[in-house]
Amino acid sequence: MLLTWFQRGDDGMVVKTLTGNKAVAHAVKAARVKVVAAYPITPQTTIVETLADMIEHGEMNAKMIRVESEHSALAATLGAAAAGARSFTATSSHGLLLMHEVVWWTAGARIPVVMSVVTRAIGPPWNIHVDHNDIWDQRDSGWIISIAENNQEVFDLTLQAFRISEDPRVYLPMIVGLDGFILSHTVAPVDIPDQEKIDQWLPPRRQPYVITPESGVVMGNLAADEDYYMMRYSIQTAMVEAKKVISEVDDEYGEVFGRKYGGLVECFHCDGSKYNIVIAGSWSGDAKEAVLKLRDEGYSVGVLRVRYFRPWPDEEIRRLLSTSKGVLFIDRSISFGGKGHLLTEAMTNLAESTNLPAVRGVIAGLGGVDVGADEFYELTKSFIDEVEENGPFYDPLYWHIPQVYRGKYPERLPGYGKFSYERR
Amino acid sequence: MSNVNVEEPKSLFIAPVSKPAPGSVGKTGTWRHEKPVINEEKCVKCLLCWLYCPEDTILRREDDMVYVDYDYCKGCGICAKVCPVNAIDMVPEG
Repeated sequence: MLLTWFQRGDDGMVVKTLTGNKAVAHAVKAARVKVVAAYPITPQTTIVETLADMIEHGEMNAKMIRVESEHSALAATLGAAAAGARSFTATSSHGLLLMHEVVWWTAGARIPVVMSVVTRAIGPPWNIHVDHNDIWDQRDSGWIISIAENNQEVFDLTLQAFRISEDPRVYLPMIVGLDGFILSHTVAPVDIPDQEKIDQWLPPRRQPYVITPESGVVMGNLAADEDYYMMRYSIQTAMVEAKKVISEVDDEYGEVFGRKYGGLVECFHCDGSKYNIVIAGSWSGDAKEAVLKLRDEGYSVGVLRVRYFRPWPDEEIRRLLSTSKGVLFIDRSISFGGKGHLLTEAMTNLAESTNLPAVRGVIAGLGGVDVGADEFYELTKSFIDEVEENGPFYDPLYWHIPQVYRGKYPERLPGYGKFSYERR
Repeated sequence: MSNVNVEEPKSLFIAPVSKPAPGSVGKTGTWRHEKPVINEEKCVKCLLCWLYCPEDTILRREDDMVYVDYDYCKGCGICAKVCPVNAIDMVPEG
C-alpha cells in the first residue's frame, strides 16, 4: 500500500498525495455514494479496490455489488440508481466496450449515474496504456463526457459529476475520463475539501422517477416511432441545458472550494493568440509546457484544452478560435477511415466561423506512445513556421509516427494530404 | 424508499417509462389474423387457456367459463393448442 502524507489546514481541508484512481475513490466517498457495482479491469481496478476497502472498513456507508462482467456492472448500477440510490461504476477499454449496450440504456433511461473511464488502448494487440479511442467511442450515446488533466481535476470533476448529472435540467449520466497510468497510477497532491462543506454544496440525490415496487413504473417499454424520435430530441435538449449547468457548477465550485477550470474548455493563453493547440487529457500539461517555451521565444500561441467532449463546446471553440491564424489539433485517437476526433468535431465550428484558420490534425500517442513537451514544441513550432512561410493550408491527418518507425512510413496517406487554400 | 427525491425535470423531458396498463401500446387485437372462438358446450372449465394466455386476454367469469378480450388478443393460438377438449377453434379473420 502506498504511504499517504497529509496536512490539515485551518479550514479542515486536507492535502493528500493520491493516485488518480484514489482521487476518484475519495470523491465517490465524499459524494456519499450508496451503491458501487464494478468488475476489475486494468488500469481501473484500484478505484473499486479502494472503494471496496473503504466500505469494508466502515469508512463509507455503501453497498458493493460484485458482478460477473462489465455489462452487468453498469446494469446493476443503473438498477440501483433507478431505485433511488446515488450509484457509481468505473471501467476501461474492453470493459467499457462490453458494457456499451447498457451505456445507451442508461442515457436513454435519463437516470443520473456517474462512471469513471480510465482511458486505455483497445486490443488487439493487448495494450494497457493510455489512448482515447475507448472514451470517445461513447460519444454518441447521450452521456455527458468529461476528461481531466491532473489528479486534482479528477477529484473535482468526479464530485461535480454528481451535481451535474442529477440537475433536473439535465438528468443524464456522466463519464469522468482520466488517462490510464499517467493519472490513474501516478501520485500527485490532491486537496480534499472539508466533508461538511461538500455536504452543503452537493444536494441530496434528485432524479426524474424511481422504479420501486410502490412506484409501479417500468422503463424500456415498446414505444411508437414518433415517441422514440422525440425522446432523442429531448436528450439533445438536455445536452444544451448541460452546457449551462456545467458552467454554473464550475463557477460555484470555484467560489466554494477555490478551484475553477473554465467550464467546457480551459483556455491557456488561448484567447487572442495567433496560434492554438487543441488537445484533451493529461498530456495537455506537456503541451502547455511547450507553449510557455514558445511564448518566451516570442510566439503568440496558446492551448485550448477540451474538458468536455459531450456536450461539445461549440460556442467556446467558435469564439476562441475565430481569431486564430492556425490551429493544431492533437488527437490520441483515430476514427479509421475518418480523422482524429477533436479535429472532426471542431471543424464543424470552424466551418461556422467567418475566419478559417490554417489547420493541422496530428494523430499521436496511440497505445500510450510517449509524446513529451519537447515533441509538442517541435510539432507546434514547425506548424507555425510553415503557416508563416507558405500561408494557410488544410492538413487534416498528419501521423506523428513513433521514433523507431519514423522515416520508414509516410506521415500522410493518399486522400488525406495537405493542400493550400486562399484565406477567406 | 422514502429518502428518494423525485423532482420534476426542468427541461423538455420525454423518458421511456410507463405505468403498465391495458392497451398502453394501443389495441393489439388488430395484429390478429386468426381469432380464437370458444365453444362453451365443449368447455370443461379446466382454465388451462386462462393460465397459458401470454397476454392475459382470456378472461374468466364467476362460473369459471372463459371468454376472449378481442381488443388485445393477438391470435397466437396457444389457448387452442393447450385446450384438452378442443373447445377453441382458430377462425380466420375477415
